[in-house]
Amino acid sequence: MVQVERTSTLEVRTPEDVVKVRQEVRKRTAAVGFSLVDQTKFVTAASEIARNTIDHGGGGRAHIETIVLTGKRGVRLVFEDQGPGIADIKLAMQDGYSTGGGLGMGMPGSKRLSNEFYVESSPGKGTKVTLVRWKSS
Amino acid sequence: MEQIPILKVGRCLLVSIQIDMHDKLAMALQDDLTQKLVETRARGVLIDISALDLVDSFIGRMLSNIAAMARVLDAQTVVVGMRPQVAITLVELGLTLTGIQTALDVDRGLALINRLIDAEGEDGAGGAH
Amino acid sequence: MLEKHQSKLLTSWVQQQLASGSLRSGQIKEDELKEHSEKFLREFVASLKSGQTDDIVGAGWSPVRELLGEVSRSRALQGFTPSETATFIFSLKGPLFTLLREEIKGNAQVLGDEIWTATKLIDKLGLYTAEVHQQSRDDIIRRQAQELLELSTPVVELWHKILALPLIGTLDSERTQTVMENLLNHIVKSGAEIAIIDITGVPTVDTLVAQHLIKTVSAARLMGADCIISGIRPQIAQTIVHLGLQLDVVSKATMADAFALALKRTGQVVNRAAAKPA
Repeated sequence: MVQVERTSTLEVRTPEDVVKVRQEVRKRTAAVGFSLVDQTKFVTAASEIARNTIDHGGGGRAHIETIVLTGKRGVRLVFEDQGPGIADIKLAMQDGYSTGGGLGMGMPGSKRLSNEFYVESSPGKGTKVTLVRWKSS
Repeated sequence: MEQIPILKVGRCLLVSIQIDMHDKLAMALQDDLTQKLVETRARGVLIDISALDLVDSFIGRMLSNIAAMARVLDAQTVVVGMRPQVAITLVELGLTLTGIQTALDVDRGLALINRLIDAEGEDGAGGAH
Repeated sequence: MLEKHQSKLLTSWVQQQLASGSLRSGQIKEDELKEHSEKFLREFVASLKSGQTDDIVGAGWSPVRELLGEVSRSRALQGFTPSETATFIFSLKGPLFTLLREEIKGNAQVLGDEIWTATKLIDKLGLYTAEVHQQSRDDIIRRQAQELLELSTPVVELWHKILALPLIGTLDSERTQTVMENLLNHIVKSGAEIAIIDITGVPTVDTLVAQHLIKTVSAARLMGADCIISGIRPQIAQTIVHLGLQLDVVSKATMADAFALALKRTGQVVNRAAAKPA
């Protein structure tokens, strides 16, 4: 069973909030002892999903948790919004897919930067994206 | 609102990105650069990102936009100072900064830009100066 | 009761351990053995006093757990097996039961209960010791694997502005991460503009390995360094074509060819010294 050691919640509505999310995730991953590369990867993933929450989800929240599971420690991020939802998750997870020009929704990339990645979403029901990265020994 | 300073160094414009950029600042920078490029007839844009510990798709898009815009104005773009952990993350993220040259630091970046400009010869819009 | 006879118990316990060869032919000295035994007995008695006698996970038992953890880890490093280390604890049973039998003469019921409680406790402690032992062995193995990983991806500064990266063995995703970090850090340190990645020592190049190579090349490019792949054996060349792999990078058969190209690209020349007149 995953235990949550610490958790904080941030509003994700403005570009300044994205900066705050990045800073908090950076602090947490550093505290758990992630290598610099792993920190950078996860903070970047957080930044991508935070932007998505604003651009596509109309704004929402981010829960940043330090977790423990049978001795290994990690950081879990949960981004949720009450926006329009994603109609076709599979399509959104393909590289290069995008609804509004640009480089795609950043989801497939964020998945590669995380150890675990889950998306719950359907039209009209909002979106919830969970990312987990464990400290590598 | 803060502004990102743009310096003229030889035939290039040098931009040093020091802080966490957000949308308005990025738009302002692109506007500024376009204007200065036209004003100074610079043939190169050097973007120093050595202070950035993170480059996400937003910044990536901004860099690509700057390069595209510079090309239209007959200028080369070189990005310098990418940190190793940022490079590794970008590659994993799948962000290909196409159309953007890179160099290790400002010195090499300037050398590269000058080589590129000279290679193009004098058939640039500005003609021989 | 234990406190009263603590020193007597200690002596007979140590004697028993020595007799049964716990010294393991000199790997652990008699003094150290005595010290461990004494410390353990002391903590054991103290924890017993704290009241909890049916399990060892409570706070009252944490000094014992800590001590066992230390002993177990140091024995693991010294090369003892988990059984040998656990036996250290189990061997307490013998002298302890003898002591109990002497003290509780005549009341079989009480004697039975006490022996049962003691057995359960000591078993749990022994098992705990074995677990910690296993854990520290795993840690050692992991650390060695890491060192091996680092050793097998050396980066060589071949020439001014030119790095060489001879890859030996398969390139999986974990190794690729190490390779990339290593290479990029060297690029920063040496200001290299060309990295020659030699794959003579890579047994097969399939789609996955090719992807890893491309990732590495892309990462180096973002740092302003171009790559040349060398050491392409004929079979590898065939595989690459058959699989339709797009290796968007210059490749050469030998490191020598790659080096010559690298010199040219970086505008450097190697001159043969003029022959001395006879």
